[in-house]
Amino acid sequence: MTRTLSAPVTVAFDYTRSTGPVVGRFLTGLRDGVVVGGRTSAGEVVVPPLEFDPVTHEPTTEFVEVGPGGTVTSWVWVPEPVKDQPFDRPFAFALVTLDGATRPFLHALDVSSPDEVSTGMRVRVRFAEERVGAITDIVFEPEIGEPAATTTLQTVDPVTGVIVPVSLDYLYAASPEESAFYRGLNEGRIVGQRCPTCQKVYVPPRSACPSDGTPTAEEVEVSQTGTITTFCIVNVPFLGQKITPPYVSAYVLLDGADIAVLHLILGVDAAEVRMGMRVKAVWKPEAEWTYSLENIDHFEPTGDPDADYDTYRHHL
Amino acid sequence: MAKQPAAVVGVGQTHHRAKRLDVSMAGLCREAIDRALEDAGMTLDEIDAIVVGKAPDLFEGVMMPELFLAEALGAAGKPLLRVHTAGSVGGSTAIVAASLVQAGVHKKVLTVAYEKQSESNAMWALSVPLPFNMPVHAGAGGYFAPHVRSYIRRSDAPTHVGAIVAAKDRNNALKNPYAHLHNEGTTVESVLASQMLWDPIRYDETCPSSDGACALVIVSEDVAAASPNPAWIHGTVMRSEATTAAERDQVNPQASRDAAAALWKQAGITSPIDEIDMAEIYVPFSWFEPMWLESLGFADENGGGWRLTESGGTAMDGVLPVNCSGGVLSSNPIGASGMLRFGEAALQVRGAAGEHQVDGARKALGHAYGGGSQFFAMWVVGSEKPSN
Amino acid sequence: MRDVAVVGFAQRQMPEFDGSPTCVEMLVPLLAECYEQTGWTRRDIGFWCSGSSDYLAGRSFSFVSAVDAIGVIPPVNESHVEMDLAWAMYEAWLKIQTGEVDTALVYAFGKASAGVLRRTLGLQLEPYTMTPLWPDTVSLAGLQARAGIDAGVWDETAMAEVANRSLTDAEKNDWSIRKGGSSVEELLARPMYADPLRKHDCSPVTDGAAAIVLAAGDRARDVRETPAWISGLAHYIDPMGMGTRDLTRSPSAERAAAAVDLSGVEVAELHAPFSHQELVLRRELGLADDVRINPSGGALTSNPMFSAGGIRIGEVASRIWSSEVSKGVAHATSGPALQQNLLCVLGSTTEGTN
Repeated sequence: MTRTLSAPVTVAFDYTRSTGPVVGRFLTGLRDGVVVGGRTSAGEVVVPPLEFDPVTHEPTTEFVEVGPGGTVTSWVWVPEPVKDQPFDRPFAFALVTLDGATRPFLHALDVSSPDEVSTGMRVRVRFAEERVGAITDIVFEPEIGEPAATTTLQTVDPVTGVIVPVSLDYLYAASPEESAFYRGLNEGRIVGQRCPTCQKVYVPPRSACPSDGTPTAEEVEVSQTGTITTFCIVNVPFLGQKITPPYVSAYVLLDGADIAVLHLILGVDAAEVRMGMRVKAVWKPEAEWTYSLENIDHFEPTGDPDADYDTYRHHL
Repeated sequence: MAKQPAAVVGVGQTHHRAKRLDVSMAGLCREAIDRALEDAGMTLDEIDAIVVGKAPDLFEGVMMPELFLAEALGAAGKPLLRVHTAGSVGGSTAIVAASLVQAGVHKKVLTVAYEKQSESNAMWALSVPLPFNMPVHAGAGGYFAPHVRSYIRRSDAPTHVGAIVAAKDRNNALKNPYAHLHNEGTTVESVLASQMLWDPIRYDETCPSSDGACALVIVSEDVAAASPNPAWIHGTVMRSEATTAAERDQVNPQASRDAAAALWKQAGITSPIDEIDMAEIYVPFSWFEPMWLESLGFADENGGGWRLTESGGTAMDGVLPVNCSGGVLSSNPIGASGMLRFGEAALQVRGAAGEHQVDGARKALGHAYGGGSQFFAMWVVGSEKPSN
Repeated sequence: MRDVAVVGFAQRQMPEFDGSPTCVEMLVPLLAECYEQTGWTRRDIGFWCSGSSDYLAGRSFSFVSAVDAIGVIPPVNESHVEMDLAWAMYEAWLKIQTGEVDTALVYAFGKASAGVLRRTLGLQLEPYTMTPLWPDTVSLAGLQARAGIDAGVWDETAMAEVANRSLTDAEKNDWSIRKGGSSVEELLARPMYADPLRKHDCSPVTDGAAAIVLAAGDRARDVRETPAWISGLAHYIDPMGMGTRDLTRSPSAERAAAAVDLSGVEVAELHAPFSHQELVLRRELGLADDVRINPSGGALTSNPMFSAGGIRIGEVASRIWSSEVSKGVAHATSGPALQQNLLCVLGSTTEGTN
């Protein structure tokens, strides 16, 4: 058994980017079938256009159509493409100075072997048939044979936004102490750790006591019964919500622990939940247990008298 | 060794909106920067160094965006720093920028903080589901609402005090052309009638989600001499504690109390309520106004905060006007929200706050906090050069 | 300016850290080493600053729980940069220069192996027209390497010489995760990977953390007989655009070199994650032929994200503490193809610190 529990996680969102006028002008060009560069105050033609001039710092306002032909000024072979690159088989990235531009521009070059690329070679922009106004509307290809016909468009509405999906895969590891906690939950136990310096019991346990920085080691199983210190009633629906509002989200100070955990309170009308209410863990069926605090479905009232305010006031 | 004197001579901000679809990230930042430079009577080329601040990179989906922004921000060929300290970041960033001048390293420093929340969804970015961890079941306000309940219990506050704060800030925002929310006709009654989201927090008691940026120009004593109305920095402080620690006071965190004590000492202030003329305090949920008033030492810790708010003491014409700009409750570009507090405080002591100016404001507090109330950044600015 | 010195340094570097991305478990013993070296406790530290990246960890606010490693009751004067340790140290140095504090401890951490590092770093690029193509770090470095080869500024042999020296020196560094030099001929006989780069031209994916302790004046002298005094500290940034830069140069590194005094430097630790980048830096810094380059093996053999730059500072400081050298320069970089660069000049005397 490894020291830590780990599991894959994907962090993904389709970002909705507003481009502003300069990047928008460039992407509008791509959608319409032309590559547009921007002229700087020093007379350079830069692709994609710079949003602001490097010397005057003013927004770029002069645009120039460039390409579609150009010359490779540098290139690199991509032997093992990563997810979402323009090709999912080996290809080249190239810096290409398009005809009419003075500075090179980075994009993928559609070749199947490094032997097909060299600095100084002629390439051209190849437009996709279906274009949305994004950098992925084009790639470079060697200037061999007749180019495929590009349908140019005369659109009215400029591109003002672009959607950029960002999806990253990670292997997420819990800390060794958290791993012990999750393993305990998988056995129906709630396991904390005691700080050897301040003697406080942390649930879940931490790699170091947040108060004094001491690593915690001594495992302590805490009670499955505790006290609601404070709470809120969730009345609002939101993305990813699993329970129909209203319901109560509460800090529960388990007996034997020195820090409260945030969990759900069910089995009682939301309006009747009180600070000081005594509650107990209600577990999911054992067959559904995993390495998660979700094994505890919720907490519900024990029916015992409320805890005295003084017993939990220093946990607020 | 004493700090070199430093002053704010330029303040700029964007028009904050839910979605600034008309600009890119660079365009958003430049809108604030260009206004700050114009205010300071300077050009980008005169700036020695740039400090950028923003909240988590997942908001915009760019890792260390200051790298790609460098040229557009005029930072090429200059030193550039990127600060990230959770919600307090706008304040921390201003403090780091100030320290470049206070250390005697630079004379003209530009700092900018921004957030373009419309590029993603803040709720998603802040709670990306992680294996083993329980999914967030309470939503954005669910973290803070229990602590508000704790405050109400501890201080015996009447439950309408939060609504007083919300109505005040939303009406103040009507005097601030840059504010995101311009909700005419907000009253205590209308706030109380708005939907209860995270009981005890109502819809009108929560901050919006905004796109926006704020920029400051901070300069040395000799450079400030050319400014007609510099805002002198009298004290800066940053304090942090753990998000969760056994028996941590989450209503009145020790880091907040320590920060305030250190700040008042630095600024030579013995009675904040008497010596501070106005305060821009980070209040994303209405109840944090009375909570911070107590923690900052403007009022006693047994309900003095809500009493001060309830008495009208924090209104524009009160003993301590708070959030005359409309505050975080009216504009919340997260990474910039702290710098807006710092910048609005500077505008006040410069007599440049326009319609929401407090007459004769000479000393003001800028305050920011972040995370789960564990990160704090504050400064005091004044119209007079500090004597210490 | 105040005399400020590096008086403590600890590091961890490994191929795969068996722990959480918050790295608290790795930081606790690092901080303990710093206390042992200085004889201090956490209460002696006037200011804390850390460096890390949310995208490396795959979650927002990844730095928040790292403060657990400090123990933050009573609360601390603390900040965080989304930058390498070297810039965290810069912020701490500033704080000391303002006179607000006399001591600082800075740390940085990163578990690069949690994701696909070369792809994750594609998120550092211009988000409208670059990131959607996902140019990976190795590809961007390869474009730079070829630009230099084509321009005749360096060649594959010079790159192999860098790799061979680094791999040989790494054998003496317990923390290096790739080591074992052979010969330039043997390295050149190895297959191309991302043409024009071979695998040994690229730093390995490395997890790790590091911490540096700073102290002013007598506080530094109390800790060490020969503190590593900071006589120069400068950093600059260039535009990101791969097309608008001369990739064979690094103007920001050149500018930083001009802002400090590099005369008499005996050792240089250069943060060059790719072999040709060392060649760029040597030229920009104008280092003499007798300057010892990267005796630690350098970032080419071990490159923990967000601490590798600061580790260069620690490596030079260690050689000053031991009197192996009396003056050295450390370099840190950030961004694609040496976009942002920092230089820290360290010496055994306070000469030049003003």
